[in-house]
Amino acid sequence: MVTPPSVKIRIKNLGVSFPNSVALKDVTMDIEPRQILSIIGPANSGKTTFLKTLNRLIDVERDAKVSGNILLDGKDIYREYEPALLRRKVGIIFALPLPLPITVFENVVYGPRRQGIRDKKRLGEVAEKSLRDAYLWDEMKDRLEESAIKLSGGQQQRLCIARTLALGPDVVLFDEPCSALDPISTGKIEEAMMKLKERYTLVLVTNNTKQAARVGDKTAFFLMGELIEVNATGRLFTAPSDKRTDDYISGRFG
Amino acid sequence: MLSPRVSQKIAFILLFLATLFIVIPVGLVIVVIIQKGAGAISWEFLTQMPRQGMRAGGIFPAIVGTFYLVLGAILFALPLGLFAAIYLSEYSKDTFINRMIRLAIINLAGVPSVVFGLFGLALFVGFFRFGASILSGSLTLGVMILPVIITSSREALDSVPKSFREVSLSLGATKLQTIKHAVLPHALPGILTGTILGVGRAAGETAPILFTVAAFYLPRLPESAFDQVMALPYHLYVISTQVPNVDPKIRYGTALVLLAIVLLMNLVAIMIRSHFRSQKKW
Repeated sequence: MVTPPSVKIRIKNLGVSFPNSVALKDVTMDIEPRQILSIIGPANSGKTTFLKTLNRLIDVERDAKVSGNILLDGKDIYREYEPALLRRKVGIIFALPLPLPITVFENVVYGPRRQGIRDKKRLGEVAEKSLRDAYLWDEMKDRLEESAIKLSGGQQQRLCIARTLALGPDVVLFDEPCSALDPISTGKIEEAMMKLKERYTLVLVTNNTKQAARVGDKTAFFLMGELIEVNATGRLFTAPSDKRTDDYISGRFG
Repeated sequence: MLSPRVSQKIAFILLFLATLFIVIPVGLVIVVIIQKGAGAISWEFLTQMPRQGMRAGGIFPAIVGTFYLVLGAILFALPLGLFAAIYLSEYSKDTFINRMIRLAIINLAGVPSVVFGLFGLALFVGFFRFGASILSGSLTLGVMILPVIITSSREALDSVPKSFREVSLSLGATKLQTIKHAVLPHALPGILTGTILGVGRAAGETAPILFTVAAFYLPRLPESAFDQVMALPYHLYVISTQVPNVDPKIRYGTALVLLAIVLLMNLVAIMIRSHFRSQKKW
């Protein structure tokens, strides 16, 4: 199957079900390259499940059943990709900053090392570049050998971003990356995202509709496992085409 | 009716006394054995062969024998137990067979040690024709401590947060890489602690080595894994009940050496654990 270059990820009739519940129903949409797609919706609407299908982290949940197709650059990620390889191309940032309890440097080069890169010099270059791209290099250049656990929450989250960038991904997924952060740290993360979209395709799940409006080029609204509406952010927030979207963004529920 | 404050006090005192009571037997055992055995400890006692039908001389071959047996037991049980624990914790699904395996491990832990001795006699000494040898004794002890190692390794693996695995997988690591680099290093202290506790138990048991390796009186060192050896717990049993007119000092001295070895191992386990705990912060 061929997708046009204006489509980075094509999602067709995606469904996810667990033995006792349905998490996603018949989601179909395209994600464009070098843009930020924001995903909003109340709790339990399937946003995080949706993200986890995009890099097959959903495979870890033993009971989950995935149906439909997801094409990354025209290739089906459930049939034509090794999960490990896919996850290098589609990185994810979790809601809580989750640095491994090892040094800052080892956190950043965790992915490259697993790909078999041993050369110290090369690892050093990857680490510096990734930390620069995550706006963390200046704060970290003298602290590379410290334990990552000692960093502040905001620094930890940017370290997690650097760690993901070190994989050399095409797509970066953010799962409510600022939900545990203060406004200043949140600002830094958003600033980093705006810069990153010049080179990467970003998908941002957020509970904060204002954040979605600030950074998203497009915004999708999920409700009870269904994609209700996806539209240019300005349009979705000013003139939503579905009444339920309107109700949600104007705060009548959720 | 007592006022809540008084009953609070009484409860506190009762709980504290119960805890204190645990310390008394431990302390007494150590004090009595040191008091009666310290006099026997000397360089000769630790490094010489026994003489005059074990009524004089040292216990060197028993120390060496116990060391070999314990070493062999770990070499056998640690890899096997660790691999089994990794399978059970990281790979196995909740199927009927896996539930039976888990049940078997729990039951293995409850088998009396003398039964392990008979099992070792039948399987290693008899069926495999290893004879009464270090090999048979080590394998028997290894089987006995397997459940300890598996259980403690599983606990250690399960205590590593699930998020570490998710993070590692999300960074493009395979499942095996994830276990090797994101799980095992953080489970290692727990695994080591469990192993050393198992070793302590292996060093102190008499019944499993009774039919499989232990020599009554063998005042020389073993030359291969197929030799018999003396071992401290069995030696203690022999000089306490089977040989008349042994100076009690020698008995208590032997007990003291055995106790010191086991306590030393436990101490090492505690030190390893606290060393790693001071580094881990999650």
